[in-house]
Amino acid sequence: MSVLVLAEHEAGQLKAATLNTVTAAKQLGGDVHVLVAGSGVAAVAEAAAKVAGVAKVLLADAPAYANALAEPLSALLVQLAGGYSAILAPATTSGKNVLPRVAALKDVAQVSEIVAVVSPDTFVRPIYAGNALATVQSKDALKVITVRTTAFEAAAAEGGSAAVENVAAAADPALSSFVSQQLSKSERPELTSARIIISGGRGMQSGENFHLLEKVADKLNAAVGASRAAVDAGFVPNDLQVGQTGKIVAPELYIAVGISGAIQHLAGMKDSKVIVAINKDEEAPIFQVADYGLVADLFKALPELAAELDK
Amino acid sequence: MKVLVAVKRVIDYNVKIRVKADNSGVETANVKFSMNPFDEIAVEEAVRLKEAGKATEIVAVSIGPATAQETLRTALAMGADRGVLVQTDDEVQPLAVAKLLKAVVDKEQPGLIILGKQAIDDDSNQTGQMLAALLGWSQGTFASKVVLGDGSAEVTREVDGGLETVSLKLPAIVTTDLRLNEPRYASLPNIMKAKKKPIDTMAPADLGVDTAPRLVTLKVEEPPKRKAGIKVADIAALVDKLKNEAKVI
Repeated sequence: MSVLVLAEHEAGQLKAATLNTVTAAKQLGGDVHVLVAGSGVAAVAEAAAKVAGVAKVLLADAPAYANALAEPLSALLVQLAGGYSAILAPATTSGKNVLPRVAALKDVAQVSEIVAVVSPDTFVRPIYAGNALATVQSKDALKVITVRTTAFEAAAAEGGSAAVENVAAAADPALSSFVSQQLSKSERPELTSARIIISGGRGMQSGENFHLLEKVADKLNAAVGASRAAVDAGFVPNDLQVGQTGKIVAPELYIAVGISGAIQHLAGMKDSKVIVAINKDEEAPIFQVADYGLVADLFKALPELAAELDK
Repeated sequence: MKVLVAVKRVIDYNVKIRVKADNSGVETANVKFSMNPFDEIAVEEAVRLKEAGKATEIVAVSIGPATAQETLRTALAMGADRGVLVQTDDEVQPLAVAKLLKAVVDKEQPGLIILGKQAIDDDSNQTGQMLAALLGWSQGTFASKVVLGDGSAEVTREVDGGLETVSLKLPAIVTTDLRLNEPRYASLPNIMKAKKKPIDTMAPADLGVDTAPRLVTLKVEEPPKRKAGIKVADIAALVDKLKNEAKVI
């Protein structure tokens, strides 16, 4: 049987998280179909059709899907679920919002944030903020799965030539409506796909001081992140939070500045390839996971780092 | 309006968990348990709605062993009016929790249900959405702001790109994110008062719900450990290491 991937897209672009999810879907066996639901999203469907390994793209183009609201989107997935052995979505805020609703409507369990596919019914997923890994077997006929995208390589965005098939919209339950959004605008790479990330914590002391991080970020073409403490203190907006309940990242290089290293933060970044910690407290737990640690005052170290990178 | 909040007893967020030697799960003996932090935020939000005159009664529900009574008492001390304990020693997975909560909701008929967005033990992030599906209600997940209106609620949600505001038809489900509020500490007089507040106890069978797990845990393991690396003397040494040893910049 085939498996269905719910595509994530924004402003007419297929998001990278979809490519990682396609890779996880391929490991389940069977044809991989991708559902593109939205309003005026034919170009997204074309992009999805080019992804290597995708056999078919389903396009549900209707105003009800314009803002990816959970209620209409889950109704659509339930309508399409019959032909599939599994439904997958990236474990983004959008995937996490929609898929449990689908699972409940189909009376099946959801397997959240898988990091490995052991067999078509057995998966590995982190629990307790990643301090343990559980191997779980689903006894349901339909598997509903969200995928931790950092754990799977991205499928090639080019090379496929899937057919695009239009599918009818499901009845809109009309339970909720979109009001507004405030999306953070940034010239820097996105946190979840950046090769280098530099994050600040409570030690930054204020939002203004984040410009010290940003200067370094610009020299490295890095994304800027933050710990929960920095977000709670109002230094930076919520979408920068890295951690158990924020974003999970695994860049080539993660530079933690003024971050003590609570387990909830480590949960979000400990799979990074190289970790650098800059902290004035040499006892800070962050040093226990850092490849390179520098005990220093960040207000001195960050300008020095920016200058050194110019050399 | 009656508000229902769901609260879960979990290993305290400060505890460094240990995987059992036989890989069957994590060690729970002699470990501190507390209310799931996101559920504290849910209780706080309900109490604030009551203080603002928008909620008339707050019912706190927990599903778990007899010790989950303590978690309910915490909710009562924070300001919930009464508790419901669906008592079971079995593992209850999110779908079954949602079904049990639905059975309680069918009896209680609340106008709003607030839950934590995820429990910090299994990190599933499913129950609120599943309950909304089973009830056929709207959902506002990962909420950082809730404004109750007449027949609707505006919920601001923390999403990957920033914030999104949706309008929900009531009755509705809200799941809490970290920035929704800062939960209060219960005062001693309120802790004493909470001891007298009623808790109804029932079994899953009383609610006619089959809680058999759909996911079988085959094993639980420790993740590969990261080794601590080296300390460098200064920025110049750090940049040298990143360029010539790690080769990441």
